[in-house]
Amino acid sequence: MGLRLPSKVLEHILSFIDSNEDRNSVSLVCKSWFETERKTRKRVFVGNCYAVSPAAVAKRFPEMRSLTLKGKPHFADYNLVPDGWGGYAWPWIEAMAAKCPSLEEIRLKRMVVTDECLEKIAASFKDFEVLVLTSCEGFSTDGIAAIAATCRNLRVLELRECIVEDLGGDWLSYFPETSTSLVSLDFSCLDSEVKISDLERLVSRSPNLKSLKLNPAVTLDGLVSLLRRAPQLTELGTGSFAFQLKPEAFSKLSEAFSNCKQLQSLSGLWDVLPEYLPALYSVCPGLTSLNLSYATVRMPDLVELLRRCSKLQKLWVMDLIEDKGLEAVASYCKELRELRVFPSAPDLDEANIPLTEQGLVVVSKGCRKLESVLYFCVQFTNAALLTIARKRPNLKCFRLCVIEPFAPDYKTNEPLDKGFKAIAEGCKDLRRLSVSGLLSDKAFKYIGKHAKKVRMLSIAFAGDSDLMLHHLLSGCESLKKLEIRDCPFGDTALLEHAAKLETMRSLWMSSCFVSFGACKILSKKMPRLNVEVIDEHPPETRPESSPVERIYIYRTVAGPRMDTPEFVWTIHKNPEIGVSHLAIK
Amino acid sequence: MAYEKVNELNLKDTELCLGLPGRTEEIKEEQEVSCVKSNNKRQFEDTREEEESTPPTKTQIVGWPPVRSSRKNNNSVSYVKVSMDGAPYLRKIDLKTYKNYPELLKALENMFKVTIGEYCEREGYKGSGFVPTYEDKDGDWMLVGDVPWDMFSSSCKRLRIMKGSDAPALDSSL
Repeated sequence: MGLRLPSKVLEHILSFIDSNEDRNSVSLVCKSWFETERKTRKRVFVGNCYAVSPAAVAKRFPEMRSLTLKGKPHFADYNLVPDGWGGYAWPWIEAMAAKCPSLEEIRLKRMVVTDECLEKIAASFKDFEVLVLTSCEGFSTDGIAAIAATCRNLRVLELRECIVEDLGGDWLSYFPETSTSLVSLDFSCLDSEVKISDLERLVSRSPNLKSLKLNPAVTLDGLVSLLRRAPQLTELGTGSFAFQLKPEAFSKLSEAFSNCKQLQSLSGLWDVLPEYLPALYSVCPGLTSLNLSYATVRMPDLVELLRRCSKLQKLWVMDLIEDKGLEAVASYCKELRELRVFPSAPDLDEANIPLTEQGLVVVSKGCRKLESVLYFCVQFTNAALLTIARKRPNLKCFRLCVIEPFAPDYKTNEPLDKGFKAIAEGCKDLRRLSVSGLLSDKAFKYIGKHAKKVRMLSIAFAGDSDLMLHHLLSGCESLKKLEIRDCPFGDTALLEHAAKLETMRSLWMSSCFVSFGACKILSKKMPRLNVEVIDEHPPETRPESSPVERIYIYRTVAGPRMDTPEFVWTIHKNPEIGVSHLAIK
Repeated sequence: MAYEKVNELNLKDTELCLGLPGRTEEIKEEQEVSCVKSNNKRQFEDTREEEESTPPTKTQIVGWPPVRSSRKNNNSVSYVKVSMDGAPYLRKIDLKTYKNYPELLKALENMFKVTIGEYCEREGYKGSGFVPTYEDKDGDWMLVGDVPWDMFSSSCKRLRIMKGSDAPALDSSL
């Protein structure tokens, strides 16, 4: 007689387990646990849409209510992945429509979504509630209109930094005339004007609306009128502030903001002039999140705003904040958890902003809860990195972009090896790391050895040789995503550590020295990896030893994909056959 | 080939290359050299000396710095070059620091130590001998002051202060 947990009991236990990592572990225990788990999983996450087939996912999780998918590699954000690469949502939507009609939520990141997809979603999922598209492209406002018109239970519609074919603001009028269930609406990435009266009426008949993010075309007058109708908002993305200030307009704006007593998150603020900032003062004490990264406000105007934000946990800002502004942040924003500082003039020859490594050092010293950093700076020092690591061992995400490629410690002229060693060693919970500046192979020895929990690592213009990759792939126990550009390593380390690649989600390499020959060997050795070469010319027209431009390697149980464009070559599993667009199993 | 022009960039031309395939030895040297070069060459812009055609700089590296295009387009501070006929070098100003025409004109007068005078709709800038003009998004040269300030500041690409004697064509066309 075997001891077996009745499936009903197991089901009940599993209803308390939300983490998919835990559920994945549960599903490995035995067949019956696998069965119970798969039948009860409601929230499905697929980190690489090509790692598994849509049909397999739909079949495995029949009770799916929420699907999250990611498509293109992260470096697509910086134009390193050519248009047409892939990441199509359609096969997924089609499969879910057929097998999981109770699907309620779809979240897609870096995928190609067409109007057809959106229309299919609207038509297929009767209880559809949540659509979040992040960095997606391929659809027009017509597709959005279809969602608005048909999804009667729509709660969340968010278009975050998508590239949308904007056919005008009519889509907004497609929401049902009756009261809506909208809780969150984000159309900040759209260009064209929506009729303010449509927006006013929509807001008025959406009593549950908590989050509203407008596009730059919405004027200040429009904003005032909307705030009057939705004083219950907790998240607001304003429209553009680039309009002439009239005295009575200012006081109206001020008053509208002061009536929003529950506002916690503020963003948008395109082109906000310093004179407008006082209108925001009333909401500052309640703010936990402030995104000023599109606001070209300089010092010292920023200080007056920031010193009122004592509850601030998340701050996104441009380097116009300068070291001085960051000193103010360190003094007043003691609850800060996340800081992102973007470059105001991304062209290198315009770099003359007084933001230095000291800004980040002072925030690291003053903000004890700081755990996530993204910092663009022209140059850095090892000493600064050591201080940051010492003061903030609780860092979970550290992304430093020294804008000058190969820039050494500007005080000692040494590589930044010691500094990043301190970060890797000191910040034991580090999950995400981006390195930059002058780095030798040694830096990667330290990172490989100490960064035990790092899951995502980004590297550019660094290292001396193959050793760098060898160190990383033989260490970094938790590594899931590795993306590298312009580093001088080649075939040896890659082939030596081929097995490691199957423990990872993906590896991206561009402008390195990996040869076509090595790609072939790797592909043959590792049948469960797709080795994709992105190259202008067929790799076969060059000698085997010549480096390929870009490689994307990912583990998959779905085999080679069938939707590769002209310039992507999946290395055939049988290397004698070579490469093809239609990779045959 | 579909890949030739992608995202309106000729990727081949603009891609940072560590050398031709096979040249591993030379590449390492180049790397070190460029390392030293970039250290010395980078300087903060205290001087505003500029030529009409600057050689391509490191800004040509594709996808670097790693900032999304939505950030690159919108929010860089709007510096425009300002030239004045007869002045030895160009200046640069950030249009966003001015709220209206009088402020801008005052700043230009201070910068170049000239009097430009006041704008008059019918006759432009009569009597001062200097005429402020600007190149707009369409590449046309316009008289500063004709359109509302916001429209001007978002479409102005560069400024040129013409000497009165060179600009009769502009004045008489009004």
